[in-house]
Amino acid sequence: MSARESAIDALLLQREIEAFYYFEAEILDERRFDEWLDLLTDDIVYFMPLRRNVKYGAQAEMENSIEGVDAAWFDEGKHTLSQRVAQIKTGIHWAEEPLSRVRHLVTNVQITTAPSGTSGARELAVKSRFLVYRNRIDDETDIFVGQRTDRLRQDGTGWKVAHRVILLDQSTLLAKNLTFFF
Amino acid sequence: MTISANGNTPRWVDSARGIIERDIFVSDEIYQRELKQVFGRAWLMVGHQSQIPNPYDFFVSRMGAESVIMTRDKTGQIHVFLNTCRHRGMKVCRYDQGNSRVFTCPYHAWSYSVDGNLSSAPGGLAGVPQYKAIYHDELDKSQWGLIPVAKLVNYKGSIWATWDAKAPEFEDYLGGMKLYLDAVLDHRDGRPGGSEIIGGIQKWKVPSNWKFGAENFIGDLYHITSHRSVDMVSIGPSGAGRRDAPIVKREGAKRPPPFASIGFPNHGHGLIGNLPHYEEADYVPQFTLTPEVEEYYKHIYHARVANLGNQKRVLAAVGTIFPNLSFHGMQPRALFTWHPNGPREMEIWKWYLVDADAPATVKDVLRRYYLRYAGPAGLTEQDDMENWNYATSASAGMEAGRYPYNYQMGLGYEQQAPDLTDAVFTTAVTEQNQRIFYQRWAQYMTANDGDALHPDGNSNFADILARRRPPPSPPAMGDR
Repeated sequence: MSARESAIDALLLQREIEAFYYFEAEILDERRFDEWLDLLTDDIVYFMPLRRNVKYGAQAEMENSIEGVDAAWFDEGKHTLSQRVAQIKTGIHWAEEPLSRVRHLVTNVQITTAPSGTSGARELAVKSRFLVYRNRIDDETDIFVGQRTDRLRQDGTGWKVAHRVILLDQSTLLAKNLTFFF
Repeated sequence: MTISANGNTPRWVDSARGIIERDIFVSDEIYQRELKQVFGRAWLMVGHQSQIPNPYDFFVSRMGAESVIMTRDKTGQIHVFLNTCRHRGMKVCRYDQGNSRVFTCPYHAWSYSVDGNLSSAPGGLAGVPQYKAIYHDELDKSQWGLIPVAKLVNYKGSIWATWDAKAPEFEDYLGGMKLYLDAVLDHRDGRPGGSEIIGGIQKWKVPSNWKFGAENFIGDLYHITSHRSVDMVSIGPSGAGRRDAPIVKREGAKRPPPFASIGFPNHGHGLIGNLPHYEEADYVPQFTLTPEVEEYYKHIYHARVANLGNQKRVLAAVGTIFPNLSFHGMQPRALFTWHPNGPREMEIWKWYLVDADAPATVKDVLRRYYLRYAGPAGLTEQDDMENWNYATSASAGMEAGRYPYNYQMGLGYEQQAPDLTDAVFTTAVTEQNQRIFYQRWAQYMTANDGDALHPDGNSNFADILARRRPPPSPPAMGDR
């Protein structure tokens, strides 16, 4: 494959992954939560650590709480995520009744590894930045900015999220709750 | 409203009638007074020893609206100081936690050792820059160390402090509530202490008065409708509801005493749990979705039966220690502090507890359950914050402010709690504990002399029993 062909392949892959994220944002913003669950592998790890203010350098490893060990905002899999969706759909989940208005902006999409795995289950590591806007009731407005580090897996029907680490750029959470998805 | 000079403002809280003014949840003037009268004098939980296991470890916490540093010195002793430089007030520590031999103010570099001392041995890290040259060796450094709390205790690993040198000793402050705090902090097998904090404290801001959290956890079993949705999706550790029911249903089984609301009127504490008993009830399967954890608890149950023998014991489901420490004592197991951030905002800190020596797999299952239940992302507690948010905002209006809240549920049905000298109890669903909490709060708000705040210095307990309606009604059987 020529250098130009490789570059075109990389561009196509970049475009494909960006389209995947735009689609994911679209269905979340349109509150098509069941379809969003379909974009997650059954073994997904969905993790959002706590962030701490620590000394630069020597104590930097304490900045984020540790997946699978520490307290976190989220550390769960598909079953719990599905329960969150089911709770919203009860119509009596008062923290989301009436529903919040939520928009996901996804940017700075960087594919950080070459595809690995077999053709049936290719995997990619992808980093992106997000801005999630929430407004509800009258004047409640929250803005969440951070980074997602995903491992995407390709199955027969397209890409799915197999592992998502969400770094929210807040230590004390400046919102009363986290009733939506990142 | 105007607070009179002698502090006589009985209008706020009328415990005898079960009426409480909305002002106390929204007024800035009352809030400012709370900081001084309540948070300046009560015992407050600062942290847990397991957060600072090594010499020079520190954890930055809060007491009321103010930042404090909890440190461990090289001898292992724990200290708590106000996080502000004595020279120009700058925070001497803006980290959440870490390990440091010295706290150096970024402004002018006054430097304090972990025991709060500004003075130091020659060549030491702590001290005042250019002490000889510009202070002419005259500044009395011994008088300008970090401001320590007046009293500090390590109670079974939990660290408590107060700014009031005249505050009662911590165990007097707890009164009979001690038995229930023990039930939260002790190992599940009954050994004293033995719990630790899971790494990481959840901290989040909620547009609500802090007292909504404290009064909900002191014993609000009435808000079932708030949590219907989570019960419907069943996040419980055995697959039903949001918690495992603590009562074995089997015919002829040995059951624990039923849950009741138990309150300590002279102290202001309260909880939902059961009355003291001397024999362990039959084992109740729990965490049945995860056989390894279920096996652990079965093992722990037998150890508990052996360890406790015929000692007095209780179960503590939820409760509040006046003013702002609440707990979940069973499932999930956690401590909360409700920090005041102005009358209409609080910052909730959540500390998750596990048996320190539990196997890693057990800790992991507990941690995952805690996180899906509790905190701002917890399927259960999300809905609590919605209630407290809009209860606060809808109480701020001029017209709304003319109409007090109703706390009359179970009023007059309180009874002397057997085997607890300073407690009353009623059926689990009542507002007895909220009335107790706010009566105590009003005493803190109005008492000018700290001595009057000793639990022995009021007649709340006797007054409640004197108001009782005959005949006594036994608590209903039932579980949660």
